[in-house]
Amino acid sequence: MNSLIGYAAYVPAGRLARQAITQALGFGGGGGTRAVAAYDEDSTTLAVEAARRALNQYDYTPTGIWLATTTPPYLDKTNATAVHAALNLGPDVAAADVIGSVRSGLAAVEAAAALGGMAVLTDLRDGVPGSNEEATAGDGAVALLFGNDEEAIAVRLASSTSTGEFLDRWRVPGERHSQVWEERFGEIAYAEHVTSAWHRALEAAGLTAGDLDHVVVTGLHTRGTAHAVRSLGIDPATLVPNRIDSVGNTGTSHWALMFADALDRARPQEIIAVVTLSDGCHVQLWRVTADIGRGRAALPVQDTISSGSRHVDYPRFLSWRGYLARESPRRPEPERPAAPPSRRMAGWKYGFNASADESGFVHMPPARVSLHTGSIDAMTPVSMAGRQGRIATFTVDRLAYSMSPPVVAAVIDFEGGGRFPCELTDVDAESLAIGDTVEMTFRRLYSQGGVHNYFWKARPVAAETAKGGAQR
Amino acid sequence: MTSNGIRDKVAIVGMGCTRFGERWDAGVDDMLIESSTAAVDSAGLKLGDVDAFWLGTMGSGVSGLTLSRPLKLGYKPVSRLENMCATGSDAFRNAAYAVASGAFDAVMAIGVEKLKDSGYSGLVVSTPAGDGTAPPLTAPAMFSLLDPAYRAKYGVSEQDMREVLTRIAWKNHRNGALNPRAQFRKEIAPETITQATKIAGNLGVFDCSGVADGSAAAILVRAEDAYKYTDKPLFLKAVSLVAGPGRGPLDPSYDYTSFDEVTWSARQAYQQAGITDPRAEIAMAEVHDCFTPTELVLMEDLGFSQRGSGWKDVLSGAFDRDGELPVNPDGGLKSFGHPIGASGLRMLFECWLQLRGEAGERQIATVASGRTKALTQNLGGQPGACVSFVSIVGSELDPGA
Repeated sequence: MNSLIGYAAYVPAGRLARQAITQALGFGGGGGTRAVAAYDEDSTTLAVEAARRALNQYDYTPTGIWLATTTPPYLDKTNATAVHAALNLGPDVAAADVIGSVRSGLAAVEAAAALGGMAVLTDLRDGVPGSNEEATAGDGAVALLFGNDEEAIAVRLASSTSTGEFLDRWRVPGERHSQVWEERFGEIAYAEHVTSAWHRALEAAGLTAGDLDHVVVTGLHTRGTAHAVRSLGIDPATLVPNRIDSVGNTGTSHWALMFADALDRARPQEIIAVVTLSDGCHVQLWRVTADIGRGRAALPVQDTISSGSRHVDYPRFLSWRGYLARESPRRPEPERPAAPPSRRMAGWKYGFNASADESGFVHMPPARVSLHTGSIDAMTPVSMAGRQGRIATFTVDRLAYSMSPPVVAAVIDFEGGGRFPCELTDVDAESLAIGDTVEMTFRRLYSQGGVHNYFWKARPVAAETAKGGAQR
Repeated sequence: MTSNGIRDKVAIVGMGCTRFGERWDAGVDDMLIESSTAAVDSAGLKLGDVDAFWLGTMGSGVSGLTLSRPLKLGYKPVSRLENMCATGSDAFRNAAYAVASGAFDAVMAIGVEKLKDSGYSGLVVSTPAGDGTAPPLTAPAMFSLLDPAYRAKYGVSEQDMREVLTRIAWKNHRNGALNPRAQFRKEIAPETITQATKIAGNLGVFDCSGVADGSAAAILVRAEDAYKYTDKPLFLKAVSLVAGPGRGPLDPSYDYTSFDEVTWSARQAYQQAGITDPRAEIAMAEVHDCFTPTELVLMEDLGFSQRGSGWKDVLSGAFDRDGELPVNPDGGLKSFGHPIGASGLRMLFECWLQLRGEAGERQIATVASGRTKALTQNLGGQPGACVSFVSIVGSELDPGA
């Protein structure tokens, strides 16, 4: 069960130029960009996106989902169950959250490695406007699939941990931002853990630093991480780029993003080391197998990064993150979704499953009575989430409530049958045309009364590869 | 399906209609008192002479008490009903059937809506607890879907379409300017309409009907009794209401250039009234111009224009007040305003005035030239999933009907 059999990364399409922060505030910001989840994305939807990419590629039914995040949309209620439902997994598939710190992601991986299943590491990271934290953070999710050795693309040679209790960063529940102690303190506090975990891992695997082909070193402590890179005798040529310049540090998922990046390029038998600093240090050593060639992610990390072409201006970023209240239309706020109908319609709401009558006519949402034949309860379920569709007609609603007006909506005709009018996302309304191809993506429509309303939206298929799309 | 109709069995002998608009001065009760009093007055009746009542309101009150309490009706049957934007028309339809059945001698259909007190823009409809997956679109957005679909199907350029929609808004504002009861009593220059801020899709603020408060009422009696109450009754020739199966948002073969429900209800109404060429036979039509593209599509669904040529007929002025077939001579929902529960009865009120020659400055010439019938069409819902009502009234009894 210790083996990695697949992986997929998702970096949301939005990019904030750090210069925009500097220009707006007169301080903060810097160079490059950070990845920005859209207003309708949260750590759960990012996780769904990464997990869907993985499950679309690999012939794999997870036995469990281990969801790790420091930014859970819910407490007390499991977040992994929404991911589970969006993936249409059976009730016998376990789903659990591992919430709290970057270490939680490592625990999710240890659980998946030990028990089988999929670890999904996901975060939306934030900071006070103008802070270094805000500028260097990023959003993203990675799914790692564990299974039998025969199908492995990488096997883990060693995993070692050094645990320490010290105040590096912390956040009281309910607060938005981490606090951090003076960086120089953490640099020293981390150093002994890094050395300890590193040497134990190498010893356990019977390797030396010179045997390593790709080395991932990351953590939210910038100085501690830099110190680790300097102190471990790592060949700079083997260092996996940290992608801070384009994506930012994605917290829980960041080491996995860099690991995935290394897997995208690694050759059979190469060794990948992963050093993660968080309340101590965790070191993993992986050997890439001969199957890496057929098992690489269909969408490499580099591609999911460079497809992020949706420019997000700083006021919009602040508004999406809740720092800047905006005048909303003079319209009532949407209703909180009710629990009983949401449960009755879970296959539709989360799984995007329609129903087809005996003639094959698809009903969205699923219906009991056929529009065409009038037959009752002669339906079979149809999975629609993976189908593309075409725009039959569309509109831009400047009056409707939205977390990021205006609402763009279209009537979608799906390949293989089925029609549904729904919201579009990651879209430039000006470039829309009847006949455009769209695909479905799981999003958070809005939150009301403390309930997050998850459902599906359509997005233009070309959106991820289009260049220079302007966000409005 | 069977739809036998009640041609010439029921007559309208009195009507009343309040001023529509931002009625900060009046509550629901005030407007109900105003329209019901005007209606019984015009029939020469007292409120106590009315045997039964049908009250249409989408959300300005529940139950018959909404009417019986302010009017202090003494233990009379009062039904309150709702059928989205066709609510007022459906109150009228049910009242007509009650008279036709012989159950009552004189009944009232009355509609009311108080929309402006909510403080919101546009129409606000409360929905039952749901799973949160219904598309969040507002009414203008749903009806704006007609525009690109119509253009694509018939090869109409965006610029030509804009001209068509502007023409419809311009016409209805121009008609409403002559209507003392209308919400908006001002002619609007075509440039102003065209350049207005967009609300949804290509629809600007002038492409949308007015959100209004208002009430309208009608007194119905058996046709044979009509002349006891008035010299100029209107006889009900046809009345049809259909609710569709919601095909549009479900069926890829629906193309957003027509309302099936309107086609069905129009066909039934024409059959009941014995009309074969509506554009030539009727004097006027009051149609549900909730948004300008709706009126365009209705011209084709009601058989006033051939499919795909409605836009040309609009531009040629065929439906202007002085055109071949005046449509919405009172200003329509566009400028008269759209208090949901009252609108269907307001449409009948204009037929009442025009066919009786009492429309004053906006009196249409088709009546003087001998046409005696008028049509109302009222719909609720969205393109592809709506209820549609069509009625035909006439100032004369048809021989042998």
